[in-house]
Amino acid sequence: MNSKIKKASRHTNQNAGLIFEKSSPGKRAFDLPPLDVPAIDPEKALGSAHRRGGVEGFPEVSEIEVIRHFTRLSTWNYAIDLGMYPLGSCTMKYNPRVNEYIARLAGLATEHPSQPQELSQGCLKILSLLEKCLLEITGMDAITLQPAAGAQGELTGLLLTRAYHEKSGNPRRKVLIPDSAHGTNPATAVIAGYEVENIKSNAEGQVDIGKLRAQVTEDVAALMLTNPSTLGIFEQQIPEIAAILHGKGALLYMDGANMNALAGVTRPGELGVDVMHLNLHKTFSTPHGGGGPGAGPVAIKKILEPFLPVPVLVEKVDGKLALDFHRKESIGRVKAFSGNFGVLVRALAYILAYGPGIRQATEDAVLNANYIRKHLEPDFDLPYARPSMHEVVFSDALQKKNGVNTVDIAKRLIDYGFHPYTTAFPLIVPGALMIEPTESEDKEECDLFIDAMKSIAEEAEKTPEVVRTAPHTTRVRRLDEVGAARKPILRWKPAASRSEAAD
Amino acid sequence: MAYPKQFRYTKEHEWVDAKDGNATIGITDYAQHELGDVVFVELPATGTAFTAGKTFGSVESVKAVSDIYAPASGEVIEANAALQNKPELINTDPHGEGWLIKVKLANPAELTSLMDAAGYEAYIEEKKKEASA
Amino acid sequence: MRYLPKSPAERQEMLAAIGINSIEELFSSIPEPYRLKKPLDLPGPLSETELIQYFQARAAENSAGYTSFLGAGVYNHLRSVVTDTILQRGEFLTSYTPYQAEISQGTLQAIFEFQTLMCQLTGQEVANASMYDGSTATTEAVLMAERLTGRRRVLVARSVHPEYRDVLRTYAKNSGLKIEEIPYSAAGRVDSNELKTALRDDVCALVVQSPNFFGALENLAPLADAAHASGALLVTAIAEALSLGVVKSPTEADIVAMEAQSFGLAPSYGGPFAGVVAAREKFVRQMPGRLAGQTTDQDGRRGFVLTLATREQHIRREKATSNICTNQALCALAATVHLALLGKEGIREMAEQNLAKAQYTLEELEKIPGIKRTFKAPFFNEFTVELPRSVKIVNAELLKDKIVGPFVLGAAYSELSKHALVCVTETATRGEIERFAGCVRRALEQPL
Repeated sequence: MNSKIKKASRHTNQNAGLIFEKSSPGKRAFDLPPLDVPAIDPEKALGSAHRRGGVEGFPEVSEIEVIRHFTRLSTWNYAIDLGMYPLGSCTMKYNPRVNEYIARLAGLATEHPSQPQELSQGCLKILSLLEKCLLEITGMDAITLQPAAGAQGELTGLLLTRAYHEKSGNPRRKVLIPDSAHGTNPATAVIAGYEVENIKSNAEGQVDIGKLRAQVTEDVAALMLTNPSTLGIFEQQIPEIAAILHGKGALLYMDGANMNALAGVTRPGELGVDVMHLNLHKTFSTPHGGGGPGAGPVAIKKILEPFLPVPVLVEKVDGKLALDFHRKESIGRVKAFSGNFGVLVRALAYILAYGPGIRQATEDAVLNANYIRKHLEPDFDLPYARPSMHEVVFSDALQKKNGVNTVDIAKRLIDYGFHPYTTAFPLIVPGALMIEPTESEDKEECDLFIDAMKSIAEEAEKTPEVVRTAPHTTRVRRLDEVGAARKPILRWKPAASRSEAAD
Repeated sequence: MAYPKQFRYTKEHEWVDAKDGNATIGITDYAQHELGDVVFVELPATGTAFTAGKTFGSVESVKAVSDIYAPASGEVIEANAALQNKPELINTDPHGEGWLIKVKLANPAELTSLMDAAGYEAYIEEKKKEASA
Repeated sequence: MRYLPKSPAERQEMLAAIGINSIEELFSSIPEPYRLKKPLDLPGPLSETELIQYFQARAAENSAGYTSFLGAGVYNHLRSVVTDTILQRGEFLTSYTPYQAEISQGTLQAIFEFQTLMCQLTGQEVANASMYDGSTATTEAVLMAERLTGRRRVLVARSVHPEYRDVLRTYAKNSGLKIEEIPYSAAGRVDSNELKTALRDDVCALVVQSPNFFGALENLAPLADAAHASGALLVTAIAEALSLGVVKSPTEADIVAMEAQSFGLAPSYGGPFAGVVAAREKFVRQMPGRLAGQTTDQDGRRGFVLTLATREQHIRREKATSNICTNQALCALAATVHLALLGKEGIREMAEQNLAKAQYTLEELEKIPGIKRTFKAPFFNEFTVELPRSVKIVNAELLKDKIVGPFVLGAAYSELSKHALVCVTETATRGEIERFAGCVRRALEQPL
């Protein structure tokens, strides 16, 4: 087995207890300039009812300890900077470093959202150009950059849908969601006040047109469609889907999580989509940062424009840009201030770096996914044979015969130096392996991944135990998630947590 | 694990042990096996009334949540307090100490439509065959 | 293109391996009429140098060179360069959500430390790994109270940040929640008399903010008692988290919704920031957002995992406690590093500097004829003053002196038409404060 692991997997094993365990009174890591106004007795200023003695248990460490502590922690993580994440529907692509520099520029990072708009023209120009670029990419009519993430974008899109239907007199009660959808779709529909009705995919993993025709009534507000689907397959009948919905006055919502297969190649606006969200932390390269922040702009057709959340970016008569807070039919605010500006800046920088050549990224992403699919088809079950776009979904059906499932295979992949692919969905493929390499991988990394997966497939047959008990080479082995859920320990406490640091 | 002969079983893998108008309800060994290690159980308060077929609580593992459906209509007399601290009883003794609720049955006749032990064992054999097909 | 690691030759090899001649064939599943025939009309491509030039030009069109006395939910505080050093490590910046615990222990332990720090600050028993910001955290806290009590009425103090209230209203419209606003008293705090009539047994939450939007500290104990007496929960929002360096933890609250932007996050024209929901332990299963928990691995080593995931959308789907997926992890990491750098003494000292500078500024302003402090409630680093003329006009004059003046309260509270919300943090020097007061005095002396 060792000879087959060509990619080194290094997991630095230095100890680092919790920062609180390093603490000692009298240590400090950051000094303030001295106070240059008369000092105030907090007791006098606040009164004894409000006054606090000190923050119990707060860390007291030196600067070098902070650097060492967090640097060590960082070395226990996998990251895009180290290698491929084949996570389906996550689009873990390269996060361009110049974007970090730009977002931190004085004059951008320093701006207060409530400052006068005449002092914010630079920020507003950035927002305006990003809006224009995203509209060109999506082929839609208008956009809001306010939502803080994809899920919030989904909510905004559904609230716009609701406002539209309420205005036309029939609020409608239901949202149709394919059984292959990401979990945020049904969760969001409920928060937006809708009932969720599932629509089953057909044998080819696409929306079943017959079922759709039957299920779309005048009580249906929208269909939430991911395109390409979570199987990585383009919904070929999307124009017909749009027609069926529009025929009954319903709207087509597109979950834009998989835009990495479409940018520069086709435009959702032309396919009949009425409202969609984008995940800037997916297709548009803003860093995942261990779980966020992201941004989820929502692009719409004209019919939804009156309902956009405030503030709306407008151009005044004198050519200056402004934020308009007074929109009579707006759904209101979805977030304080005007969006995750720091994330929006990064996305614009990404788009400007590519320009019209953005199509090349899409092509490379689709090429990589198909290259991997071709090489792994002999080893893994492919439940849906339609052409893949930027991601491919296998299942663990072949390996299950030896008692090895997708989670085991994913954990074994860690020993080969990779992050696992997506195992949790789509729900319509039991034991799914959802693989999306993105365009950021060269042929060599793709080959290393293919070799690793082929090797694991062989292990699943010959030495399944090795796969079932993986990973073997990490700092910690399979963690007790059951204990963590039964008796949750969600914070450090002085007495209770004097347990041994990991060795 | 054997399926007690005096219980009745539902298609959603609950068992009912009825006596003198009251019943104890739990989930079967098959159900706990499918779920995996139970980490948390959500049960209704004493006095809650429910109708057959409606959910009355849920059983959670790390990665999944299973709603529990009332096999018959009734009113809760007692919920198994031991499961608060030891949800694992559902895994170790699903037909005994892992019981979920005790109820006063509204209509004991509802139970006659449920499967007996032999019927349930045949049912899960079918399920197992489907899964490995 | 520099972000694409394939050479033309490699592309050819890969196409050959797939058995096709051109990349076009891979898009055959897109119906022909919908395949774009020409490139998108986008600006660029720009080299790294040109990118930087473009954004530097934009940066120069903003408020560089101005001193600001704006707070109102976004605060200018000192930040150590060490925080960015850590944040820019690729293993933190470019890593994914820590679902695969074995290779995400760095992120998970950092989250655990963040949760701990938030508990220590707020005095609550559990805290989550972050929400989008303070406004959505407040909304999520209210939805949590609704789930916990089964009731649908919410009482929200008018002294809560106007934008937080706007967001809550947007979310509430579709969930059947009824929002009612509670006025503030002459002291600038929640009027507990108004409370008595409003608090009936159908209220799930009383929402207050402390320090509130006017900068005033609320008396939480009587509010908590009143809420609890009618079976409602007390939700306390905190927009200026640094206040907790010198102000008592809101332990009376059942749920705290905090904005952590003051801890190491640049104002960045409004985001990304980091919201937090913290609460009593018994409410944890109704808490939204990710939670990192401590556990052991099979060899007995301590480690961390995401836990109680059955609350979340990827498992519970339509019954989830929230639809949140992506959160503000990197921002929470910034807060964690920042707080570790400040430490117990640093946060106290920084908070006390804010107190001192704000007091000093108020004293300087009160020397100007016609300027009056509006509310007598104690404040942290923001306070409200009434001017003898429109704040907008005064601010227009201040801009000529390159000063961004205080927040115009009249924009959000029509009854406070001549009032300004002044914010002074440790970043304002004595010289700048005195210059500010001098410019305000001169502005007021201008003929109308």
